[in-house]
Amino acid sequence: MSRGGGHVSALRSFLKKIAQFVIVLATTLLGLVAVTFFIGRVVPIDPVIAIVGDRAPAHVYARVRQELGLDLPLIQQFWIYLKKAVSGDFGNSVLTTNPVLTDIVNVFPATLELATLGTIIGTLIGIPLGVLAAVKRGTLIDQCVRVLGLIGYSIPIFWLGLMALLLFYAKLGWVEGPGRLDVTYSYMYTPVTGIVLIDTLMQGQMDAFWNAVSHVTLPACLLGYFSLAYISRMTRSFMLNELAQEYVIAARVKGLSEIRVIWRHALRNAAVPLITVIALSYAHLLEGSVLTETIFAWPGLGQYITNSLQNADMNAVLGGTLVIGAAFVVLNLMSDLLYRLLDPRTRS
Amino acid sequence: MTSAASLPQPAGFRAWLLSPEPASRWQARLGRAYLGWRTFTKNPLAVFGLCIVLLLLLVAVFANFLAPYSPIAGGDLRTARLLPPSAAHWLGTDDQARDIYSRVIYGSRITLWVVLLVSVIATPIGLLVGTVAGYLGGWVDTVLMRLTDIFLAFPRLVLALAFVAALGPGIENAIIAIAITSWPPYARIARAETLMVRNSDFIAAVKLQGASTPRIIFGHVVPLCISSVIVRVTLDMAGIILTAAGLGFLGLGAQPPMPEWGAMVATGRNYLIDQWWVAAMPGLAIFVVSLGFNLLGDGLRDVLDPKAAK
Repeated sequence: MSRGGGHVSALRSFLKKIAQFVIVLATTLLGLVAVTFFIGRVVPIDPVIAIVGDRAPAHVYARVRQELGLDLPLIQQFWIYLKKAVSGDFGNSVLTTNPVLTDIVNVFPATLELATLGTIIGTLIGIPLGVLAAVKRGTLIDQCVRVLGLIGYSIPIFWLGLMALLLFYAKLGWVEGPGRLDVTYSYMYTPVTGIVLIDTLMQGQMDAFWNAVSHVTLPACLLGYFSLAYISRMTRSFMLNELAQEYVIAARVKGLSEIRVIWRHALRNAAVPLITVIALSYAHLLEGSVLTETIFAWPGLGQYITNSLQNADMNAVLGGTLVIGAAFVVLNLMSDLLYRLLDPRTRS
Repeated sequence: MTSAASLPQPAGFRAWLLSPEPASRWQARLGRAYLGWRTFTKNPLAVFGLCIVLLLLLVAVFANFLAPYSPIAGGDLRTARLLPPSAAHWLGTDDQARDIYSRVIYGSRITLWVVLLVSVIATPIGLLVGTVAGYLGGWVDTVLMRLTDIFLAFPRLVLALAFVAALGPGIENAIIAIAITSWPPYARIARAETLMVRNSDFIAAVKLQGASTPRIIFGHVVPLCISSVIVRVTLDMAGIILTAAGLGFLGLGAQPPMPEWGAMVATGRNYLIDQWWVAAMPGLAIFVVSLGFNLLGDGLRDVLDPKAAK
């Protein structure tokens, strides 16, 4: 490969990957919109009756039906729905009367805060545990890590959350209970980013900050545990793969210390697939937040969806579903793209 | 074969099982199953998981005999409400004065029913989509796999939530919703397996004999994909149980007074601080059963896919 040509072809293959990425992203998002549209159409609730009531005269019914576009062919209805969804118009929420998008923008930072903290906890503990299990393969430590992971896979998140609340909040009083902040503190700062921890810290409201920390500890640790179960298991299997490679033997023969071989050489090579795993677990935490937020009265997207569900507020449910689905898709594809960019073996 | 099977000593039977030259297809299959069983039983955690699942089956079958009280009808609301665990009520009673132990026992039937129905609905869909996509290739493959990816892109619980919201709460709709969200991984696996066999010589031979495409897919490709898909379904069962329990907890699964474990935890939430057992016991049941399925699935994977075990 000549130098100049190499750069051009590398750039071309990079652009091709980006184009592929955009196409996959677009079709998947289109599919998401189609699925939510379909779900919205199978709802047994008649949207016209929901607006005009069941005693409305026939001409009012017909006019509202026309205004809602329900007399058009399905494909045309879908086209309208799609155009609105692309411009961020998911209709108004029946429950809050705000546009669904406004509601989602308001609640999303809370979910993001929780999922991010959970992923950080899961990564910081999960990776060392996984490495330890791989290095001490077959020993008691390995078995313990495996069982810890299996419990994480098996335990219902809502039950563990309730039991944690019972123990650490009600019985021991170590942490604050449900909610993001005590009422006393909730007017001591102005929301800027929507992430309470950052807002209070930046405005120097240390009492409010520590109160928020105390509130977030339990749900964040809970999500962190579920993320840890997944990350430690994958780290172990990647590390076992790397430790069996010849370069590890070469590094050992060179006389490098075992710590250096494991943490600098083997883990570095396992890091690339690990990024994918961390992104995936982040995406799953967005989903796990639905149940966690319900238990901890955490005013995020998950609680918004379940509240709307219980009030048959379909616009809000579908809008929320679409946003979580889109975040999921983007995170998955980003991790895939990142993997291709970082791993030299996939550059061909 | 009959003469070989009637050998009296167990050692002889073992030798027959492990014979390097099996005389019949059955002997070879039994021999493989025996080897698999030996690998499986070497893993104590997997055996433990199997025991839990068997116990669940037994409890579900004999619920009538095991449960001392009715799961639906409660006792005296003035005296028997929210009693702590005791000799009369092993796991205490709930807010309707019902015996929690009896409800947990009967709840095993619902859990088992959900797992079975979801597998029975989702497995054929996944197999069909995956094998057809893999065998036909071309645009059929592209369309079916894009569809699969779209369903994979949705987080499972959220998609199931949206479906149940549309269909209305209830155990049947919860089962349908979970099945709709379960098939994509099975389709992926079936497609991968199909791609491995579609160009093999025996498929070419069947084609030359004039077999139709459906015949090749259903008669020759599907049987080869079934075992890996079933392993995946087993691995998924814990997830199915957890999703069903999550839906039940949110009030979208089985409706009261059905003794569904997730819904029971939701009831217990109101009495969490003073009567912790109402929420704790059914949740513990969900945990134990899904742990059992996870351990069993892990062990099965080690047996059937030695590559993954390493």
